[in-house]
Amino acid sequence: MTLNEIISPENLVYDKPKVMNDTPMHYCPGCSHGVVHKLIAEIIEEMDFQEKTIGIAPVGCAVFAYKYLDIDWQQAAHGRAPALATAVKRLLPERLVFTYQGDGDLAAIGTAETIHAANRGENIAIIFINNGIYGMTGGQMAPTTLVGMKSSTSPNGRNVQLNGNPLDITKLLAQLDGTCYVTRQSVHTVASVRKTKKAIRKAFENSMEGKGTSVVEIVSTCNSGWKLSPEASNVWMVENMFPAYPLGDMKDL
Amino acid sequence: MNDSKKQNIEEVRLMKGNEAIAHAAVRCGCDGYFGYPITPQSEIMETLMELEPWNTTGMVVLQAESETSSINMVYGGAGCGKKSMTSSSSPGVSLMQEGISYIACAELPCVIVNVMRGGPGLGTIQPSQADYYQSVKGGGHGDYKLITLAPASVQEMADHTVMAFDLAFKYLTPVLILADGVIGQMMEKVVLPPFQPRRTEAEIRETCPWATLGKPSSRKPNIITSLSLEAEEMETINLRLQRKYRKIEKNEVLLEEFSCDDAEYLVVAFGTSARVCQKAVEMARAEGIKAGLLRPITLFPFPTNEISRYADKVKGMLTVEMSAGQMVDDVRLAVNGRVPVEFYGRMGGIVPSPDEVLKALKEKVVKRQLIEN
Repeated sequence: MTLNEIISPENLVYDKPKVMNDTPMHYCPGCSHGVVHKLIAEIIEEMDFQEKTIGIAPVGCAVFAYKYLDIDWQQAAHGRAPALATAVKRLLPERLVFTYQGDGDLAAIGTAETIHAANRGENIAIIFINNGIYGMTGGQMAPTTLVGMKSSTSPNGRNVQLNGNPLDITKLLAQLDGTCYVTRQSVHTVASVRKTKKAIRKAFENSMEGKGTSVVEIVSTCNSGWKLSPEASNVWMVENMFPAYPLGDMKDL
Repeated sequence: MNDSKKQNIEEVRLMKGNEAIAHAAVRCGCDGYFGYPITPQSEIMETLMELEPWNTTGMVVLQAESETSSINMVYGGAGCGKKSMTSSSSPGVSLMQEGISYIACAELPCVIVNVMRGGPGLGTIQPSQADYYQSVKGGGHGDYKLITLAPASVQEMADHTVMAFDLAFKYLTPVLILADGVIGQMMEKVVLPPFQPRRTEAEIRETCPWATLGKPSSRKPNIITSLSLEAEEMETINLRLQRKYRKIEKNEVLLEEFSCDDAEYLVVAFGTSARVCQKAVEMARAEGIKAGLLRPITLFPFPTNEISRYADKVKGMLTVEMSAGQMVDDVRLAVNGRVPVEFYGRMGGIVPSPDEVLKALKEKVVKRQLIEN
């Protein structure tokens, strides 16, 4: 069997989505971002939406998301992605517009933009990576950092009296009349990756059908920020993050 | 006669400066307005909501949750090559500075209106010109400039709206219309600009090849960003911006002169102050004082060369502003010590009277000149 026979299309069981660029990712090995990027690329390709998609990148580890997906992008100021997405979608209603944001971006500095875009029911999809830490700036406390969880700005663990409570913003967003689909997923197993893909696809379809705002939170690992190996991070996430941020659909209209 | 012809008949209307901006925006084919209410400019969004341009031209009008959000909506719209604008007054414009800096660096065309009120802080709702520094010296972080237009009449509120979009797209830069509460609130005669259709997507793709409208397979992705972690790359971006600003300084200076030809004393003022000063100059002339008025219409680019030329002709200058004295710095830089440049101003929302200005001109400039000679 020659190489060309082996790599013939009928033998192909897995391929890099065409919407993904060949640029090597800056994400740490074990980080969830890469998996979620790939899912978004696959969905855009499967929906045949490459020419119709505008992504809004955040500030945080995913600030360079625009390097990895072969679509048009706007890179927003910290927390402002939903404001940009609002204008883009209203001015280009036939396009697929999504934001890709971390917990600091979406649930701290961008809380107002997030809540109001969702409450207006903007026809956008919000992909929310929640790893409970500021990865890009080196592991500071995030709005979603768990009580007792250590970070560089909560070195003895998050203390409610000193640092306040973690914010479950996704639960809050599910209460708003403007959201049509709010779900919390993860990408730490093959099954969870498949579920997340289904969720993102539904969010994209909802926004094209004009149903309102869809929010897909992905509880994620930051093994560098958590100072754990990729494998230990997954275990830690299941044991600690999932009880505080339980997986599943919160709203599906 | 069809509707579009009817719409384009030149008709004189009576309206507020704020209303004129709203009408002009719809008529010049603006695609999106995003704003947040604040006195003394709320009539801009109120007029747009009454006009319902989404039913006629298709223009989007949206009330945002904050000025932070509205300027970022402008970023999003401008990134799609759409004619996008916002308006606010001083405290709201302070809140927009982050977004303005990003827009300037990402080289996006847009229009921002500041109908200034007295500050600092929450200040007053009365007119002021104390945001001059913020407007022309860079209110946000980093080395950037805003083309800054200073209307002095309701007619100019309308005309500058059209001109601001033209300049924004010519130079791919945010353009600020720096008005004040007087110009925003007062009613005057105005001839509104003719209707221009909004640009089609095909036209945007042709004239703004950088716009994020969705990536056809024929081109690379368009990416709107102000980020570059490599210092050399960031310096290159800065050098490009500075070249653009030098070009703007060379090509786009606008000013108006009044009784300047034989003037021995020059008054320099913009916006509402210039209207007061024009009256003061007329009164001075009636008393035999050869005064003239130079009104910068663009504050950036500043009419440095024009003012510099007068430094060789006049005996002294008086800058009049509704502030503690901000533009006077630029007048003094232009004059470079060749003649005395004095300042008269009122603050906190007070508009000076022509009598006050005439008195200041006599005491600070004319009398001093007589004593020194």
